[in-house]
Amino acid sequence: MSVTETEQTERAEEDPQSATRAAESEPEAGSPAAGRPAADATADGEDIPVPPGAPRALLRSLLGPHKARIALAMVMIMIQQAALQVGPLLVSYAIDRGIPALRDHDWGPLIAVTAGYLGCAALATLLQRAFIRLSGVVNQAILLEMRRRIFRHAQALSLDFHERYTSGRVISRATSDVDTVRELLNEGLQELLSVVLSLVYISLLLLVMDWRLGLASLASVLPIYLFTRGYRRRSQVIYRRSRTAVASVIVRFTETMNGIRPVQAFRREAANEKAFAVSNNDYADSNALGLLSMARFVASSRATANVWITGIVIWGAFLVAQGSLQLGVLAAFVLYLRRLFDPIDHVAMFLNSYQSASAALEKIAGLLAHEPSVPEPAEPTPLPEKTEGAIPGREVDFEDVAFSYRTGKQVLPAFDLRIPAGQSVAVVGATGAGKSTLAKLLARFYDPTQGQVTLDGVDLRDLTTPELRRGVVMVTQESFLFSGTVAENIAIGRPDASREEVEAAAKAIGAYEFIAALPEGFDTDVRKRGGRISAGQRQLVAFARALLADPAVLILDEATSSLDVPGEQAVQRAMHTVLAGRTAVIIAHRLSTVEIADRVLVMEQGHIVEDGTPAELIAGTGRFSALHQAWRDSLV
Amino acid sequence: MVRSRLPDDAPKTSHTLDAELMTELSTQPQTSPLTPPPAQPAKHSAIRSLLRLWPYARPIRWFLVGSTTAALLASLSALVIPLVLKNIVDGPVAHRDTSGLWLQGVLLLVLGLLEAGLFGMRRWLVARPLATVERQMRAELYAKLQRLPVSFHDRWASGQLLSRATSDMYTIRLFLAFPLIFLIVNSMVFLTGIGIMFSLDWQLALITVLPAVPLIVLCSYFERRYSAAARLSQDQNGDLATVLEESVLGIRILKSFGRHRTMAARYRAQAELLRSTELRKARLLADLWAVIVGLPELALGISLAVGVVQVAHGSTTAGTLVGFLSTALSLRWPVESLGWLLAYSNEAATATDRFFEVMDARPADAEDAAAGSPRASRAGERDGIRLEGVRFRYPDAPADSPDLLSGVDLHIRSGETMALVGLTGSGKTTLTALLPRLYETNDGRITLDGTDIRELSRARLRELVSMAFEEPTLFSASVRENVLMGAPEAPDESFERALDVAQAQFARGLPEGADTQVGEQGLSLSGGQRQRLALARAVVGAPDFLVLDDPLSALDVHTEALVEQALRQVLAETTALVVAHRPSTVMLADRVALLADGRITAVGTHHELLESNPDYRELMSGERVEDGSLTR
Repeated sequence: MSVTETEQTERAEEDPQSATRAAESEPEAGSPAAGRPAADATADGEDIPVPPGAPRALLRSLLGPHKARIALAMVMIMIQQAALQVGPLLVSYAIDRGIPALRDHDWGPLIAVTAGYLGCAALATLLQRAFIRLSGVVNQAILLEMRRRIFRHAQALSLDFHERYTSGRVISRATSDVDTVRELLNEGLQELLSVVLSLVYISLLLLVMDWRLGLASLASVLPIYLFTRGYRRRSQVIYRRSRTAVASVIVRFTETMNGIRPVQAFRREAANEKAFAVSNNDYADSNALGLLSMARFVASSRATANVWITGIVIWGAFLVAQGSLQLGVLAAFVLYLRRLFDPIDHVAMFLNSYQSASAALEKIAGLLAHEPSVPEPAEPTPLPEKTEGAIPGREVDFEDVAFSYRTGKQVLPAFDLRIPAGQSVAVVGATGAGKSTLAKLLARFYDPTQGQVTLDGVDLRDLTTPELRRGVVMVTQESFLFSGTVAENIAIGRPDASREEVEAAAKAIGAYEFIAALPEGFDTDVRKRGGRISAGQRQLVAFARALLADPAVLILDEATSSLDVPGEQAVQRAMHTVLAGRTAVIIAHRLSTVEIADRVLVMEQGHIVEDGTPAELIAGTGRFSALHQAWRDSLV
Repeated sequence: MVRSRLPDDAPKTSHTLDAELMTELSTQPQTSPLTPPPAQPAKHSAIRSLLRLWPYARPIRWFLVGSTTAALLASLSALVIPLVLKNIVDGPVAHRDTSGLWLQGVLLLVLGLLEAGLFGMRRWLVARPLATVERQMRAELYAKLQRLPVSFHDRWASGQLLSRATSDMYTIRLFLAFPLIFLIVNSMVFLTGIGIMFSLDWQLALITVLPAVPLIVLCSYFERRYSAAARLSQDQNGDLATVLEESVLGIRILKSFGRHRTMAARYRAQAELLRSTELRKARLLADLWAVIVGLPELALGISLAVGVVQVAHGSTTAGTLVGFLSTALSLRWPVESLGWLLAYSNEAATATDRFFEVMDARPADAEDAAAGSPRASRAGERDGIRLEGVRFRYPDAPADSPDLLSGVDLHIRSGETMALVGLTGSGKTTLTALLPRLYETNDGRITLDGTDIRELSRARLRELVSMAFEEPTLFSASVRENVLMGAPEAPDESFERALDVAQAQFARGLPEGADTQVGEQGLSLSGGQRQRLALARAVVGAPDFLVLDDPLSALDVHTEALVEQALRQVLAETTALVVAHRPSTVMLADRVALLADGRITAVGTHHELLESNPDYRELMSGERVEDGSLTR
């Protein structure tokens, strides 16, 4: 039993995006184990910890290379907004100066105003265009870098991380979280900047034009701020509720569609509809609430703005009537006030968008700050060269090795185990006996908490990744296929292999016939319909991959569970021919697999309780003997 | 931003609506990254598609009418406000007469409050009705999907269906809330505004209105190109997500073979492709915004100059000029929005088509009528399961491939357990799916105790036949609920007994015992644990007919032996078909049927077949029979 299974006891706090994605990936992943991440995807209870300061450092490192361009963009948008806000001022100038001057046949002011207006319009237009293009370049560079880092880091992180945090969470970091940041960069930031700048400019202009009216106008900011704050609070609560509701709609929906066979076979339709209606109604309710609270906010903030405009206009009119204000200034005021109040509702939303983006950034920073627990060696040691004529296998030695989960629960108490080069060892035992952990230590998916695992005397921790992977290859029971052709999937074992080598590997494992029978043979896309590849066939592909990789040590972790007997026999034949002389560790449910091993280990609760050749153990009186007898009986 | 640029209530408050959209967008589930973009429907059919929404919109039609009216009145009162401003400037202000000011002030205030109130009302009116429409459409879609045959689900990835239930529903709701209403409102506002401008000053109006033509044309041109780019980017985003998902789901393989660099290169290439599309989007957006910002400003600048000349010559008043400019500003939004509204309506039409693609599919029950007349039945006899000349091929199988099942004859006597064996891919699982009519046979018939399964209602049939699938699926519910799906009315003892039979006693040790939540929203169980619960589900109701598809594949040797022992008692009391890959599973059965080349080629006891049938012997023991001599 893996770390995931024993430790994933937290109840899920749903993440709709990851739930969707993981759920969608499920039908593609055939084996039960490959389907499991979908189940884990929603288990967001325990998130990746974020070290303090990590988000800020990430932001700095992402923005750093673009400092100059960012500064240029800022200048552009500042000038652009200024140019845009000059309009009403020019209108006021035109009315107050242009008209009287024109009456005196002085065209100068009018020409100046018109030129100014058109110039500003052109400037604002061009700058707007340039700004969007420039910020697009910067944004995309940042996003690309962010995606690249997340991907590389996720790949570098060790298996215990992936088992602890589940695929859904890593996937949502690189998809929905990056999307959230992208939304802010693409849409939010520019508008937020424009809104803030226009607020500042307009406020200044109003104050400069007439400080009395200016102050009165600015006073309106207070009530509107209060409305906005109240709305934001309410909308956040509703937003959270709606997220939870939609997540549950998605989970129920995908669960039903992916499990349509049992749904129909067990006549669950009516019961499902009832359960679905609960989530669906909840979602509809929260949607309606969101719309209603928006309606209230729009009405109240707009009413405030309109009342304020009325007040200013009346007062302004009085001032004009008294002669202490120019008509043009009042006109400009009215135009500016409309602009001032326009984007108010918007700001509330941008703050939301900004908040969710910073939360996303924080999560991404958390992922990136996570140190791989199986690090690359600082000073790698090479494996000793194979001497001419030596068998291709290498010796494996577990020296005083113990392993515990990070929770402290001990899985494997300290033990020693030496597997001579070329020996094939079968490991049997009940679920949870520690067989898989043993295999994962040997594949260096985990590092032992005590002692060392060596390959021909070299600690696994001192090997570079490429060298380690040339030496040790593990085939697991989850026979995941990557999108692409069958041939490409096999070639993962050795990317530079020729087509002949790929086909030879398939032949050696007995997979050639079924692959050749697929619609396009080895070039059949495994994700396309029509290419129905059964669980057993997937496992054969996984074996062909391992055969092609031709490792010194081969680990099979329940890799034959879905094979029928002929399939398993083909695997066993391949072990004797193509993989002869390799060291092999075989974890099996099936006793037929065990028979071909040179040696059998029986494990129980982390201890190796029986160790010997199959013949010895069968002849003995231990657990293995009893099991084997029962199995043998079934064949006669 | 094109996305967030929605038409607004107030022509001048384009932002309000943006805000609403943003809340909506942020709560909207992400569309499946694996979902291919919807096919663009032919343009002429967009209206016809949207008309199909009428049955759903009909119950809320008065709310929609009310909302449209409110929006229209609000927009018009927003148009009147500049006129009042003009009157204030031209009247009291110009004449330095403050007595008339109060009346105008009150008028302004009333109009302002009216505008605000109406905007609130137009949202308030449709908030609940629209949520209800969306809910109802989704519920109907879900109900429909559950009743569509499995062969339908084979053709459609669940992600595709999910995007219909989430983002398409959302698109339709948004269409009813905004584009539908604002196509009407904005056109009317636009026409009214033009009318007002012409009545104020026809020369200025002409100058201002003329640029509207290129504006609309250019906007819709850019919107079109932009949405094409947006679709492409969605697509590429999906591809990128696929690479990522696979690299995480297949992390053990990548790590095993040290292939993460290859994958990283693939990811990077995809990400760069996406970036280039995003940059294209940014460039289109930049041009679009240049047009949207530039053209109206240009027109305003010119009308300002001309207006000033007119005022100077006394052919118009300062107040008229202010009112005119105000009105012109108010009309910017309705004009800009037209392109977007049309684009969104198109999108909504596509979403509607996708919705009805599912709703128009024929449910499984509809096919019953075509199943033919009832045949002579020998109901009542304890005849067991009988398959006669059963033929089957998957609907999506290549045309030139042979039938997967080409005439299966098999009789399982009442009370007997029959093992079904055959090579991988020989059609064993398919055969089991025919019994509860998850798939329909193409030819031949299947009888249960003499009754043709097509004469039974699906519900009754599935009550009689209980299944455990090769892929053990648990639902988000408690262990107890998951097991009792097999027999909702079963007493507690049956439940406990089923757990014991399936060796699923571990369920009692879970944090909350049998009431622990499992499935996607609950505790994740290992493959072996899930398989045992699925087995318990199949046996809990003590069904008349039991179908088990390789029920022990994920169990370790110890557990397997225990399950076998317990299962024997259950099998003794029922008629069962058990798909087997292993001799140990075969041992559960009274007799064995060998499936090869789409037919049952041999039936007999395990030992008979071991001796008489070389194919069977090879299948079970791997020992190949050549020239009559056993070789190993």
